[in-house]
Amino acid sequence: MNDGLVLDVRDLHTHLFLRRGIVKAVDGISFSLRRGEVLGLVGESGCGKSMTALSLMRLLPKESARTVNGQVLLEGEDLLTKSERKMREVRGRRISMILQDPQTSLNPVFTIGNQLMEVLDRNGGVDGESLDTQALEALRRVRISAPEQRLRQYPHQLSGGMKQRVVGTIAMNRAPSVLIADEPTTALDPTIQLQYLNLLKELQRKSNMAMLFITHDFGVVARMCDRVAVMYAGRIVETGPVREIFDRPAHPYTSALIASVPKIDDDTDRLYAIEGEPPVPYALPQGCRFAPRCPFVEERCRAAYPDRLTVGPDHTVECWKATAA
Amino acid sequence: MRRLPWLPIAIIATMVIMAVFAPILAEHSPTDQSLIKRLKPPFWVEGGSMQHLLGTDQFGRDVFARMLYGARISLIVVGLSLLVGGGVGLTIGIVSGYVGGKLDAFLMRLVDAAFTFPAILFALLLAVTMGQGLNTLIIAISLLLWANFARVIRGEVLALKQRDFVSLARVHGCSPLRIMATHILPNVMNTFMVLATLNIGVVIVAEASLSFLGAGVPPPTPAWGLMVSEGRGRITSAWWLSLLPGLAITLVVLAFNLFGDWLRDRLDPKLRQL
Amino acid sequence: MGRFIVQRLLQAAVLVVLVATVVFFLGRLTGNPVDMILPEDATDADRAALIEALGLDRPLHEQYAIFAFNAVQGDLGTSIRYHEPVMVTFLSRLPNTILLATPSMIIAVLLAVPLGVFSALRRGRMLDRVSGTIAVLGIATPNFWLGIMLIFLFSVQLGWLPSGRMGGPDHYVLPAITLGTFLVAGFMRLIRSSMLEILDSEFVKMARIKGLSEFRVIWKHCLRNALIPVLTLWGVFMAGLVTGAIVTETVFAWPGIGRLTYEAVIFRDFPLLQGVIIMAAVLIVVINLLVDVLYAYVDPRIRFG
Repeated sequence: MNDGLVLDVRDLHTHLFLRRGIVKAVDGISFSLRRGEVLGLVGESGCGKSMTALSLMRLLPKESARTVNGQVLLEGEDLLTKSERKMREVRGRRISMILQDPQTSLNPVFTIGNQLMEVLDRNGGVDGESLDTQALEALRRVRISAPEQRLRQYPHQLSGGMKQRVVGTIAMNRAPSVLIADEPTTALDPTIQLQYLNLLKELQRKSNMAMLFITHDFGVVARMCDRVAVMYAGRIVETGPVREIFDRPAHPYTSALIASVPKIDDDTDRLYAIEGEPPVPYALPQGCRFAPRCPFVEERCRAAYPDRLTVGPDHTVECWKATAA
Repeated sequence: MRRLPWLPIAIIATMVIMAVFAPILAEHSPTDQSLIKRLKPPFWVEGGSMQHLLGTDQFGRDVFARMLYGARISLIVVGLSLLVGGGVGLTIGIVSGYVGGKLDAFLMRLVDAAFTFPAILFALLLAVTMGQGLNTLIIAISLLLWANFARVIRGEVLALKQRDFVSLARVHGCSPLRIMATHILPNVMNTFMVLATLNIGVVIVAEASLSFLGAGVPPPTPAWGLMVSEGRGRITSAWWLSLLPGLAITLVVLAFNLFGDWLRDRLDPKLRQL
Repeated sequence: MGRFIVQRLLQAAVLVVLVATVVFFLGRLTGNPVDMILPEDATDADRAALIEALGLDRPLHEQYAIFAFNAVQGDLGTSIRYHEPVMVTFLSRLPNTILLATPSMIIAVLLAVPLGVFSALRRGRMLDRVSGTIAVLGIATPNFWLGIMLIFLFSVQLGWLPSGRMGGPDHYVLPAITLGTFLVAGFMRLIRSSMLEILDSEFVKMARIKGLSEFRVIWKHCLRNALIPVLTLWGVFMAGLVTGAIVTETVFAWPGIGRLTYEAVIFRDFPLLQGVIIMAAVLIVVINLLVDVLYAYVDPRIRFG
């Protein structure tokens, strides 16, 4: 078990079974997380990032989605083979998640305190504190003002940023080994986003928690992550340390994503946007899925899907144009 | 074609045929009384005959004929009630939605009140004060319908108001009346149709209930609800008098409800939460 | 919350006044009440005397004023058939209706909630299909026919249950089933559809992320939210309940206000009918108000809006 790997995802396949056909939302991805590391999972909407997160938590919509293959090793144990009962013990305690939209993550008819209590330790936590004390501690940890008041308030009485902090403290309360953050700042006011990211980073550092940070914004990746995995149409096309990826992106899609982050000292008139659209999920091409939009496309790109190549220290890519290290 | 709700359509078609061709299909008159032929059971029961397929009632009237003509009454009531009640609701909905403001607020309050107050009470009151008759019945049932139409159509209109072709018409100087009539109205007809179909069951049950309570179509006109009521006293000996018309009501309402659901899913799925 | 209650109280009062006014005018304008009261062989002198006695010769607005004045004091006229104040007759029959309606409603809710919840959870499977079919049938079957058929089956053919009138517990069974059927059907469909919507919510996902037991997720997080539409639509159900009560009590000769209404219609007892309608309005409005308060309590977005 111990190669320091807290999370080891191997060849994960999750399919969506819709009326029109089968969508291979997650089509064979592998990645790993070490203790204390933040891995960014980047990609456009619909590339399968959220599906990956739900697959790890085993919270896929039962009627339409199913993980059909792969292993998800959390500290050595495969989550995919666990019974639902065992999985429930794992959720919240060893692996947890922050959802994207704070407006809908909290139940509107129960108080903050009520919803927070659900993850507190009945037996009094580490020092035998009462539930109230634990709750106040939890709120203070995420720097929520007037915590005593907040406990008695309802979600609609809190701002978006505050709600997301509550969601954060609920998710992290039992000190999970892995925290999945699914675009936690996308739905927040831009002015609040930075604050929240900093808070998240700080908490992650303090608890040495491993984090899977899902986002579509490479700028956020630069700020938050140690390593990054770039996802496109259900597959991870490039993985590597953040510094390495920014300096030497090996996949054209990665380059495009990096280029589309607006920089304040940029002289350009137009924002860079990647041309074209991601492939239709029901009709994935045989070859490289980025080929239709790739500025460097060649014949062999359309013919077959590229093998995975190592192009640098801990840096892999799936592209025919890449050169091995 | 395969997803058409065949059974409901068949039942509806049967009812329509019954109603339209009643004079031809019925061997006897629905109102002819005959003391000799009283209380004959349907043909499949001992004592029955093919002469009177569904038996006769306590006045010797042929049940089958009465069922056929009853279908007619039901359809007439349905048609007229939808026209009047639906029409009023449609108009109020369009005006309220388009004009907005205080008028809208007031009308919607009225609609809220209408929903929570059982229209049957007014229907009964009308029957007592205006006397039983088709007119009274239509007005009474219209009272039941208008609020639902008004509210739903208003919702549609609110959405339509935002659309470009309405703004365009206004820019061109069209009067509100003209806009409502020529631009808004055609676009809500889809919803109106679905709503009308979904409410047919309501009308039939309402008419039957009112007839049962003695506030519907006056005897001797055959109405299914009235037939159930008349047969009630003889349930022990002549069960078919109440059972058959009631069964017909249930089947027909079921058919219209299912058909209405199907129609709604095809034309206007947004109406689901009704 | 206080403001909410006051607002609703005002609306309630307005509604009652509105109903009373409409009833008043319907009675006076669409026919001469005298004709309904008098027997056919009444002389002109009788007619004139009655008109004067009832104050029908006074101008309309004066009549209305008198009517309103009396009504506020609880005097809603005298029943022709029963020869006693309408109010008295109404109040004497009201308990019987409450005795029938309350258990019907409670049983309806007790049946509908689990059926609705489990239908949503096991969507498309056996339970869902069966209860869905029963619900659709329940809505399509006319109340009165159901009652009569139940009497036919259980009373006439099988002799298990009495066919009407008030009495011991066995007298309650058939009327309660008749009255409750459409309630169960309606509630069940509503709870099912609102559960289905809620099951897809993010906060339900969040509850699962927390590792809560499925029991908690469904019965704590989902149900509370699923019941809210039932409360908001209560007014509509109430109206249906009143309609159902009239029909059911008539079928089972149950001595409540529903049957009273029927008698008023059959015997053309206009004062009685008028009084019953106004009192029904008051009753409905009060109950709806209580439910509204309950709704405001259950949904904190209203309470602390």
